[in-house]
Amino acid sequence: MDNLLLEKATIKELSKKLSSKEISSVELTEAYISRIKELNEKLNCFITVTEDKALVAAKAADKRIKDGSDITPLTGIPISLKDIFTTKGVRTTCASKMLGNFIPPYDSTVTLKLKEAGAVILGKLNMDEFAMGSSTENSAFGVTKNPWDTLRVPGGSSGGSAVAVAASLSTASLGTDTGGSIRQPASLCGVVGLKPTYGRVSRFGMIAFASSLDQAGPFTKTVEDAALMLNAIAGHDAQDSTSINEPPPDFTEKLENGVKGLRIGVPKEYFIEGLNKEVEDSVRAAIAILEKQGAEVVEVSLPHTEYAVSVYYLIATAEASSNLARFDGIRYGLRVDNGEGLFELYKNSRDAGFGAEVKRRIMLGTYSLSSGYYDAYYKKASEVRTLIKRDFEEAFKKCDVIATPTSPSTAFKIGEKASDPLTMYLSDIFTISTNLGGNPGISIPCKISNDGLPIGLQLIGKSMDETTLLQAANAYEKHSGVGIITPKL
Amino acid sequence: MKYETVIGLEVHAQLLTNSKLFCSCRVKFGSEPNSEVCPICLGMPGVLPVINRRAVEYAVKMALATDCTVNEKSVFSRKNYFYPDLPKGYQVSQFDLPVAEHGHIDIELGDPRKDETEIKRIGITRIHMEEDAGKLIHGEGADDKDISYVDLNRTGTALIEIVSEPDMRNPEEASAYLKTIRDILLYLGICDGNMQEGSFRCDANISIRPVGQKELGTRTELKNMNSFKFIRDALNYEIQRHIDVIEGGEKIIQETRLFDVQKGVTRSMRGKEEAHDYRYHPEPDLLPLIVPNELIEKARGEMPELPTEKKNRFMDEYKLPIYDAGVLTGSKEMAKYFEESLTASCKLSGIPEEEKPKQAKITSNWVMGELTALLKENSLDISECKVTPKSLAELINMVSKDTISGKVAKDVLGEMFSSDKSAEEIVKEKGLVQISDTGELSAVIDKILSDNADSVEKYKAGKTKLMGFFVGEVMKATKGQANPGVASKLIKDKLG
Ligand SMILES: [Zn+2]
Repeated sequence: MDNLLLEKATIKELSKKLSSKEISSVELTEAYISRIKELNEKLNCFITVTEDKALVAAKAADKRIKDGSDITPLTGIPISLKDIFTTKGVRTTCASKMLGNFIPPYDSTVTLKLKEAGAVILGKLNMDEFAMGSSTENSAFGVTKNPWDTLRVPGGSSGGSAVAVAASLSTASLGTDTGGSIRQPASLCGVVGLKPTYGRVSRFGMIAFASSLDQAGPFTKTVEDAALMLNAIAGHDAQDSTSINEPPPDFTEKLENGVKGLRIGVPKEYFIEGLNKEVEDSVRAAIAILEKQGAEVVEVSLPHTEYAVSVYYLIATAEASSNLARFDGIRYGLRVDNGEGLFELYKNSRDAGFGAEVKRRIMLGTYSLSSGYYDAYYKKASEVRTLIKRDFEEAFKKCDVIATPTSPSTAFKIGEKASDPLTMYLSDIFTISTNLGGNPGISIPCKISNDGLPIGLQLIGKSMDETTLLQAANAYEKHSGVGIITPKL
Repeated sequence: MKYETVIGLEVHAQLLTNSKLFCSCRVKFGSEPNSEVCPICLGMPGVLPVINRRAVEYAVKMALATDCTVNEKSVFSRKNYFYPDLPKGYQVSQFDLPVAEHGHIDIELGDPRKDETEIKRIGITRIHMEEDAGKLIHGEGADDKDISYVDLNRTGTALIEIVSEPDMRNPEEASAYLKTIRDILLYLGICDGNMQEGSFRCDANISIRPVGQKELGTRTELKNMNSFKFIRDALNYEIQRHIDVIEGGEKIIQETRLFDVQKGVTRSMRGKEEAHDYRYHPEPDLLPLIVPNELIEKARGEMPELPTEKKNRFMDEYKLPIYDAGVLTGSKEMAKYFEESLTASCKLSGIPEEEKPKQAKITSNWVMGELTALLKENSLDISECKVTPKSLAELINMVSKDTISGKVAKDVLGEMFSSDKSAEEIVKEKGLVQISDTGELSAVIDKILSDNADSVEKYKAGKTKLMGFFVGEVMKATKGQANPGVASKLIKDKLG
């Protein structure tokens, strides 16, 4: 199977070819596996490749297609998962030494849903350790490279997931987004990345970073594929009390409805100093395209935007400090026991198991929850979070979709921000508010910069209205002339 | 100086739900270590809690039983600390918004035997829900004395914590409060109240202050008291310790102290345990707990008669003395047994409603007396008693109808206790029917009087106390079957 087919392959297209038996899932899976073998060394986006299991699943998918029963758009489609989703019987590391040998006895709900849909799971993808980072540099398994320029980062934390799709090592992939961890790498790698509404997709079996912000979502080459992936993973889960108990619609239904009559909000707080000029111009040009297609462009205000990064780093680290307490070396994961007693066992295991960024965030979070500081930090941050949420509610009275840049810049050099966490934290400045508000957001490629790097347009939707969000994104994709962009490898 | 003691209690009650608070694992005591566990209660990566609705219902019932206000919305929080029996590194509990608060219970103080009792009201600050931790088993063998084993079967079991106001003034009040709380839990059927197995646990906050002073003294918290006796011992020890420290010119340090059962003293836990900053924060994996009005009404509809209500009814309806009413309502099962026996025995002998109290006292005497003694002798609970309430009623009725004597009846009950036979069968089999026939008794009496001529002389000389002796001899000769009333009348006639 030639590489060109894979580079332009979408779920939609492949699904057609599979059902017309033009290709088989086994052939497709083998093609991806050989491409992974060829390119993973260079890109380092897979932590684990599950070749044997993938081929078994591909055979089963082919049988399903042959029998013509219970076929979904994902049946036989090779995909891969961020290594944060537990996979029964397959090592799940969260890119941490702590879980270097952890084999969960259960599947995450999304893993299970994708398996049931007939998707073929190729393997587990690299990420920032415990999803903490914006560059995939914080991985115990080494940095993932941006396929557009391997000296640059792919963004993060779902860097591996973005690269797997951008470099055509999977038709689609799954990532998680706590403060932009799907949208920012999608933007930096030139693919579509969707973060659904908080609670739209089950978090069961997704290793928690910040429980009130984490949300799973797809990386794909097209908006339509993102809708197909969302169809497969969305829905209430009795095992996740925070998942929204509402049947999800068919997210592909209104994709072709266009933007005529839709109001596109442009928040003035997002076009600020520090925003790369080329990024700003591209995003403004993208908004103009939507306007030309009949959308009404309105200025909106999200006045508490300037507090978003601080609020995020207080809440996310507080929750993380508690979520990561279970990694104590007692029941599973790394244990470093020098026989010096319990306290030393905790200390040594956690010291050896966690990387520097994870430790930094655990300490920050522990601090903001400590007695005497709780009111000034965690509690205050929770109050401001409510204001940010309200900002969105107010803005969405005036518009249907909000358009902004996804990231203030294109992909930066490996090591460039690694020593300066504060600058790194600002990479998520445009994506963080969406997580605090719980709204859905999507990043779509809108240009390739003069130095050959992708730039992303972010669209933000009303809570629980992925339908309109995808409708606008699809309209942009159809009329932007950008198309599926693929790096030369 | 005279001091007043101030005590507040925190009771942890393990709820009798089939499954744990946040997962579907069984709640079972005594299973193989780490066999009643799943990824959720083991705190494995990525798992999430789902609240057990039955546990919420139970908490609401306790709230209603203690006149608490049930909060429509309450919030689960994480209490963060590291310990091997706590798999997640935090305990899910309730902190600033508990499921219920502002209630009270009435406790009975004094001696009911002497009919000297008074009622004292104790405030309930709050009731909150939380998950239990596991257990550490410390190695005892020579090879592994430095090793600790973790058993997580108990991890995640549903608890309610009932926190009292500092309204108790001595260990007796604390004891009465605990007993009352335990009785309510048992009546509600939501906790088995077993202190040894740890399904009913108590921590105490205690301080002293000079009599008349309003301001509270510095308190200490006592833990590790797994029986009513230990609680009283620990409190008494601690009161004296506080007095000694203060009189010695020193200050009480606010701290947690463990009761050392062997030595009967309390000891400071100083160190790591004390330094905890639990960093409570809302549990983001659970939505706020909403208790809808329908749930409260449903629970209200299912509320059984509570111990105090039942006791008062026994006193009103059956005119039983406070002591009897207290003993009989000491457990739900005992009260049920009593009432069923009473109903059966009234029915058997067609006793009208207005004479019920008389029959109640007779039944009460049997239940509290012989039956309880037999149960105790055989280490059985009333619920395990072979003699059914109906069988007991039959026995009681044989006595009232003079078919058998009271003395014989006691033996018959013992026999019933160890066999499956009814009172009637036993009496018939052994020929124990009471002899009231004057002719038959007359012959026996004549023989006794002639054999004891001395005593007859003395009796005639005025020593009428000897009547007891004569009747006793008659009973002996008839193996207890003689009707003592008839016998004594006959003797009197013959000697008179
Ligand atoms: Zn469990």
